[in-house]
Formats: sequence, C-alpha cells, structure tokens
Amino acid sequence: MIIVIDYGMGNLHSVRKALEVVGAKAKVSSRAEDILKADKIVFPGVGSFGEAMKELNKRKLVKPIKDAINVGKPFLGLCLGLQLLFERSEESPGVRGLGLLKGAVKRFKGGVRRYPSVPPIRRNLRMKFSYENFKVPHMGWNDIAYSVERIAYREKILKNVPNNSYMYFVHSYYVKPEDKRVVLTTTSYGMDFASGVCKDNIYAFQFHPEKSQELGLKILKNFVRL
Amino acid sequence: MLTKRIIPCLDVKDGRVVKGVNFVNLRDAGDAVENARFYDKEGADELVFLDITASHEKRKTTIRLANKVAESIFLPFTVGGGISTVDDIRNLLNAGCDKVSINTAAVKRPDFIKESSKRFGSQCIVVAMDARCRVKTKDREKWEIYINGGRTPTGLDAVKWAKKAESLGAGEILLTSMDYDGTKEGYDIELTKRISESVRIPVIASGGAGNLKHLYEALTDGEADAVLAASIFHFRTYSVGEAKDYLKKKGVNVRI
Repeated sequence: MIIVIDYGMGNLHSVRKALEVVGAKAKVSSRAEDILKADKIVFPGVGSFGEAMKELNKRKLVKPIKDAINVGKPFLGLCLGLQLLFERSEESPGVRGLGLLKGAVKRFKGGVRRYPSVPPIRRNLRMKFSYENFKVPHMGWNDIAYSVERIAYREKILKNVPNNSYMYFVHSYYVKPEDKRVVLTTTSYGMDFASGVCKDNIYAFQFHPEKSQELGLKILKNFVRL
Repeated sequence: MLTKRIIPCLDVKDGRVVKGVNFVNLRDAGDAVENARFYDKEGADELVFLDITASHEKRKTTIRLANKVAESIFLPFTVGGGISTVDDIRNLLNAGCDKVSINTAAVKRPDFIKESSKRFGSQCIVVAMDARCRVKTKDREKWEIYINGGRTPTGLDAVKWAKKAESLGAGEILLTSMDYDGTKEGYDIELTKRISESVRIPVIASGGAGNLKHLYEALTDGEADAVLAASIFHFRTYSVGEAKDYLKKKGVNVRI
C-alpha cells in the first residue's frame, strides 16, 4: 500500500488516482500509523513552505515521516513535497524544513534577460541578442535534462523517460542542494535549477508527474515498481 | 526551455460541455471526459472549462465534472465562471481542478484575490479579465474592464487592474479582448502586449483566433505566454497538433 500524505496542502486525489492508474494501491491519509505501515510514501503538496510546516507540526507528522525515511521506505516528494525536504526556504524565513537534504529553497528572480542568440564566430562580429521574459511563477511545460550524477537512480526512476522530456511545472521557488551529487535532473529557467533529486530511498521532483500526461505517469509507474 | 502553451477552451452548462469538439465522432459530444481526452491526445498543454451555468444550485454539477475530468486525464485544467467565494474555490480544487479563474467577484471585491491566493497559493488563482478598447489615438490606447460576462462596464483601466491583480496575488492573467472575441480576426495584439509587459506573471491571450498566424502573433508580437482558443479547435479548422507544428516551424518553442 502506498500512502499519499495529506497535510491540508492542496488536492491529493489526482495523485492517488494517477498511482492507481499505473497499478498501485494507494490511500490518502494523514495518520502517523498509516505512514509507518506503508510500503511506499508519496509526499505531494502545493502552497507555502511555512504554512505546510505548520500543518505538518500540528498533525504531528514530522517524526513519522522522518522515521519512515530512515527505515528505508521508498519516498517520493512532489513540488512542495520536494522543497520541504530541505532545511529552509526564502518563502518563509525562520521556518525549519524537514532538513533531510542539505540546502535551501530560493525564489526565482525573474525579469527580462538578454542572451546571445547566435554565438559570435569572430570577436569583431557584433553579437546578436535575444530577449526572454522570465515570469514568476514558472508555469507550464519545460524539459528535464539528465544530470551527470545519479545514473543508477536514473535507470530506475526515469526508466522509459527520455532525456529532455517535457513535464508540467508550477512554482515560484526552486531548491538549491548543497551537495550537487543528489541532483538527478536539471531544468532551465533563466538559470539551471534542480528539478529532480535523489538520495538513498528519497526521490523528489519539482514538477507534477500526475499532471504530465504519459511521461509523468511513467515516473509514477517506475516508483510503484521500485 | 519553458514552452508556450496552447489551451483549448470548453463551455460547460449544468455539468455538460455545450461548446466542445464538433464534427468528430464523439460517442457523447457533451461529455467532459470525452472532450478532455480528445484534446489530451491532440497534445493540448492545458484545458479551460468555462462554466456558463446560470443557477447557483446547479454548480454542483460542475464540481462533479471537474472530478470526472481529474480522474481520467492527467493534464492541468482550469475551471472558471461564477466563482465568488473561497468555498467555491475549495470545492473545485478538492474535486481535482488545478486552477480556478475568477472575474466579476475579483473586480467587485479585490481582496477576494488576496484571500484566495493566500489560502490556496497564487499558482491556482487565475484572474480573468474582459477588456474593451475605450480610447484609441495614434499613440495611445486604453482599455476598460467589463464584468458580468461583458455586460457591465466598470470604469477600471485594464493595465491598472492587471497590475493590481498581480500585487494581490494572482498567479496568472486570462485576458480576453471583447473587441476581437468572436471576430476571427486575430487577438488584440496591442492589448496583449501592454498587459504582458506590465505584469511579471504569465498572461494567456484570448478572443479572436481565426487562423494559426493569429496564435503566432499573440505569442510573439503580443508577448503572451499562452493562447486560448475555442472555435478554431472545436470546429476542426485546425487541430492542436497542426497549430503546434506551425508554431514550431516559425521558431516558437512549443511542446511536441
């Protein structure tokens, strides 16, 4: 049984439904004993970092989540569920995250950027520039590029998901892991950020596999089959 | 790289799609799931359901519709039309829709944007605005916001309202030109560009699409992040796939 952790942050039924479609038995729950009994755990969520930690503390879920991870249960964090694994966030200064991964959550700066559209061949050629307006939130379909790290993980969780597949993103903050070796995929939005991270039994993504059509469902299927 | 989005819009009434895919063998043309599945297969990036149900009691049917769509199609979708309370939003989000679009209620009480974005996050609050050109001189254009389905002028300036909606926590703007809506003469590029340059949140252009060049113009000259269209897709003038192929050839970054 896969437990989808409910802590009052957003609709979880599409995650549950997507898991069922790929062949899992899934249940939405906010009970500590369900989390501790689960075979696998999915930790989704949308909303603010501070609000989410408040809800997790109120429901006394922080310890069960950490315990379940420490005993090695496969754990999938999605969107806010990825960010909460880190130590702190610019969204809610002073609030401590779960701290299972080292690093911080930062806000996209956004704004109009200029970048060379054609690389200059000779130095005396005038450089041509394109302009792109990076809006916040980062909303829509963007591609995920395999990082050079975590190749063994890639073969598991990203099996049949080709490099540069499009996934659906909606977020204003991104994670910046201290240890670059945990980065599974990166995505470019004004700069490259970590859109997927893995460590031990933790798998986490910034995008929404449950909203990313076939390729997104493949990731969930891979998680179910771990 | 983030792609530009193509978004078909479907009208729903009493839980049924009334303006959806035409001339195609759908077993049940009014079924939301069948319509959504059709566009999902064609490669739509998102879907918008516009609820034109008149009575408030029948709104529950829209919630059931959202529920069915969310359980069958793994593609983001928005529901809009007649949303006026935080409870309306909660019910729709719990039913599985990803975003809600609010229009009249936001103009009447701007704090509604603030309350709902604080409660549910900006990412799911789309502010829809219907704008009509009021002043047009050689170097100056001004647009006024209308509410109640375009029936009531408000005196609000479109650019100012867009900025205010952003500052109150809107995550996205769905911008409809009333002058161009239904004309098939193209989107209002001036309006789209002005709004898109004035805010730092994504802008969806709507109203006026008649051919693929119009989509291209809105996404390039109009600087829109997404285009919404109804009739060109419903009447199969073009498929979503054709639209994307065309845009890709013209150098627009789309998801294929």
